[in-house]
Amino acid sequence: MKIKETLAELSNLRAVSGAETEVSSYLLDRLEAGRFQLRVDSIGNLLVRKGSKKGKRVMLSAHMDEVGLMIMDFEKSGLLRFRAIGGIDNRVLVAKRLRVGFHDLPGIIGSKPIHLQKKGEQDKPFNDNALYIDCGFKNREEASNYLKVGEYATFDVKCAAISKNALRGKAFDDRAGCLVLLYLLLEKNGLSFDAAFTVQEEVGTRGAQIAAYTMEPDRALVVETTAAADTPETEQELSSTILGQGPAISLMDSTIMVDRQLRTELAMAAEKAGISYQYRRFTGAGTDGGAIAYSRSGVKTAVLSVPCRYLHSPHSVLYESDLKSTVDLVRSWLEEQQ
Amino acid sequence: MLLDKVLKTLTELYGPPGEEEAVREKIAELIGKRADSAYTDQLGNLFVLFKGNAPKIMVSAHMDEIGVIVTNIDEKGFLRFAPLGGLAPYTLIGQRLKFRSGLKGLVYHEKIKDLKELNWTRLYIDIGLKSKPEAEKTVSIGDLACLDQPFVDLPGGRYLAKAMDNRAGCAVLVETINSLKGPLPQEVCFVFTIQEELGLRGAKTAAFGYEPDYGLAVDVTLVGDTPKSATMAVSLGMGPAIKVKDSSVVTHPLVRRFMVDRADNLKIAYQLEVLERGGTDAGAIHLSRAGVPSGALSIPCRYVHTPSEMVDSADLQNAVSLLCGILSAPWPAVMGRQL
Amino acid sequence: MNESEPLSVLTRLSAAAGVAGFEEQAVEIAAEYFQRYGCAVKRDRFGNLLAFKAGTAIRGHKVSLALVAHIDEIGAMVTKIEEGGFLRLTAIGGLDARTLPGQAVLVHGRKALKGVIGAKPPHLLTDQERKKAVPIDQLFIDVGLDYNSLKKAVSVGDIISFDQNPLLFCNRKYVSGKALDNRAGVAALIFCASELAELKHEANIFFVAPLQEEVGLRGATTAAFGLNPDLAVAVDVTHGDGPGLENNFIYKLGAGPALAKGPNFDQDIFNNLELLAIDNYLPYQVEPIPGYSGTDAWAFQVSREGIPTGLLSVPLRYMHSTVELISMDDLVVCGKLLSLFARSVNIQMTRGSR
Repeated sequence: MKIKETLAELSNLRAVSGAETEVSSYLLDRLEAGRFQLRVDSIGNLLVRKGSKKGKRVMLSAHMDEVGLMIMDFEKSGLLRFRAIGGIDNRVLVAKRLRVGFHDLPGIIGSKPIHLQKKGEQDKPFNDNALYIDCGFKNREEASNYLKVGEYATFDVKCAAISKNALRGKAFDDRAGCLVLLYLLLEKNGLSFDAAFTVQEEVGTRGAQIAAYTMEPDRALVVETTAAADTPETEQELSSTILGQGPAISLMDSTIMVDRQLRTELAMAAEKAGISYQYRRFTGAGTDGGAIAYSRSGVKTAVLSVPCRYLHSPHSVLYESDLKSTVDLVRSWLEEQQ
Repeated sequence: MLLDKVLKTLTELYGPPGEEEAVREKIAELIGKRADSAYTDQLGNLFVLFKGNAPKIMVSAHMDEIGVIVTNIDEKGFLRFAPLGGLAPYTLIGQRLKFRSGLKGLVYHEKIKDLKELNWTRLYIDIGLKSKPEAEKTVSIGDLACLDQPFVDLPGGRYLAKAMDNRAGCAVLVETINSLKGPLPQEVCFVFTIQEELGLRGAKTAAFGYEPDYGLAVDVTLVGDTPKSATMAVSLGMGPAIKVKDSSVVTHPLVRRFMVDRADNLKIAYQLEVLERGGTDAGAIHLSRAGVPSGALSIPCRYVHTPSEMVDSADLQNAVSLLCGILSAPWPAVMGRQL
Repeated sequence: MNESEPLSVLTRLSAAAGVAGFEEQAVEIAAEYFQRYGCAVKRDRFGNLLAFKAGTAIRGHKVSLALVAHIDEIGAMVTKIEEGGFLRLTAIGGLDARTLPGQAVLVHGRKALKGVIGAKPPHLLTDQERKKAVPIDQLFIDVGLDYNSLKKAVSVGDIISFDQNPLLFCNRKYVSGKALDNRAGVAALIFCASELAELKHEANIFFVAPLQEEVGLRGATTAAFGLNPDLAVAVDVTHGDGPGLENNFIYKLGAGPALAKGPNFDQDIFNNLELLAIDNYLPYQVEPIPGYSGTDAWAFQVSREGIPTGLLSVPLRYMHSTVELISMDDLVVCGKLLSLFARSVNIQMTRGSR
């Protein structure tokens, strides 16, 4: 599987929390030919079993949904009011292009031109109610001919390489994780494991709760992306992870205290395979880890992430080398679990 | 061992959320072979089972204490960290911490004009070393630390220690286990849980696994008897508290009444507790599966979530007596709310 | 149900005391109605009220539908008995302390005592004091007893509910009262049960009135696990129209119940509800919800292996005050839509065929 191309394909799909079928269909198309047990559950999780090994099962998990916007209401003027699905800093929304609704209509989030702004206005961000989506409708009636309230909008961004190693695109969180799982499923590596492509992580790790209850794994590894704030204006100790230094092993996040034994196993697997790795030094923000770790009577769980700049914005940036190393580390760790 | 010795031993142990091993091992040692069986689950909860007939009662006390996790080591060997559990940044200024390895350190803050500027990113730990490589020999990113304070036996029958929350609860359970006489009317499983301070996590999975019919959490609670404190009708030295409500649970009224009746019967003075902010393991147990009628027995405690928490020895003794009395009485098969 | 009954159901439910954790009075009244309309009632281990009406399918797995409306209301609890003969209180559920001064209450001690939440008279207020809202920890309750009598009559932990009977407005459609969040929902379930009483339906229907929604969807969490239905539809209230709400998303009174759409809800259930409303000429509104819905639907959706869930909401003004206001028309339509949906549920809708 070609990593850059597959990441681009996955990243360009539109799948906001609650409407992940584009991604689950893409994955199903690629998995159907193989000898996997496949299931889409009632909330939309795609659950895969590879290999028929009996005994203790390891589950890999990555979420299919991305952050996006929900159309809430139409103004008389034809402009659309919206709210974010998942956490988006609305300072990244202004002046961006969108793809709106089920029929993929072009739209933008505009703002007051600088010429017309008062002194000091530029110092404050636009608040939630000052931003609208403009699809060019001339009034509410025209808008309702094309759209319904409750439909979604995604960033209008095409994934692209920006240097030999770096890529930019939307939804690397967590299509990068989905790629890692897909890669190891399709690869002829003789490994036995379960894979849960979960839904609705961004609105409260919802799919993972159900997936963990259903799959009842003995151990689990969540594959995510994590913030790399290795950029100007952020002090080193707050950067959390650094691009180019390999996959980041989580210590804890707001949902989970990562199992110490699994943390050590990941570090040792990395060292054994000669893979550079780092620790995710930020301890906040949530992942599917907690939903899995504390399901039923408890599951030893760890979280491993691809460092990624500008998460939850239209253009995230990651290094192909970090993504590849993450695949390698997960494979190396899985080999120890067989 | 006498209750105050047990308390001193347990409070001085290192046991932040996620690394409760030392506490678990000591508890296992203290209870010896008193129970029918003792086992540890996947996440580290310790189950001490007194097998018997239905109904099954789960009595829980969490082993973890508030602490910190190291997130960064800078070029000069200073450590950055994040809190584990509900702590306020100002409680750590100038406090000593200890690591599992025995390493000690001091917390201090960057230059600030006003206490209002204080937050977790302005604090650091000084372990007295001069450089990053030197520091990395003794500590790693991801290491945990807890408060470092000796147990003090105050005149007047009160004790001061770090981690009274919830080694006091653990001590009450240990004493109860060691005092219970003869076969009990129903099965009781004492569960020493992990990671309560991070969200009642151990209790959630332990209850799912054990499937109790009733739950009872033993934990500390706040008091309202210090100068100009927030309103609370619980005081030190006025007896163990029977919980009515906290943020995590409204105790089952019939379980609460059962506990009150036992206390009245045994002539043990108790207090009724309404805790406005704060939760316990009962919060997780009562929502397990299809629901578990639950209550909580609380130990009044001053200065909770600070380096020196204070409890009253009579309250502790009476908590043990009351708990023994509650468990030795036959519980009804079902405490349902009927139509 | 004859014409005057919906109002009398709602009135009885609203007036009942049923603060989260202590819902007995309200549960008894609701149980009585469900029994009247042919349901077998019981309480589960948590204390949630379950009313069951069997479906007609004879063989194989019967599809089960849960209709869910929480029965608890917000209220308060006694935290301390003050020396002067007054009670201190803490909120149960989301109370706006600004709505409390001057409110009539019932303190459920050994007996239910009538009382008031005291307020400093304006004559004695300084300008400074007038500018700030009184926080709840500075409020107190007066039941007209001295300290010693009070201590015999009331304990720490006793429940405080609001003493308010509902009011019908002159348009004979609008009703205002306490606890319409969510006695309106419970009433809708009762209306649905009355419609279904004489009709056959394939699915097994569980009318579920969970407890303690206002303190964290607690009853729903345990009810969902215990019942494990194939589908669930929750009924709750949503924010009605009013001044000052231009920046919020609100739903007009009289324009019908709001059907919720978003990640918390199964798209097929939404589509079915909408089609039924259209085909039966019932007014309805669409309520997009981008994440957490703040209702029992959130708990049901992720129980065990997941339960496809929907949500219907009755538009309600002044939520979480004692003057909550709804339109009876919206409530009656809600009950009708629920019964149409219940009758449409069949084995094809179960998870197996997804």
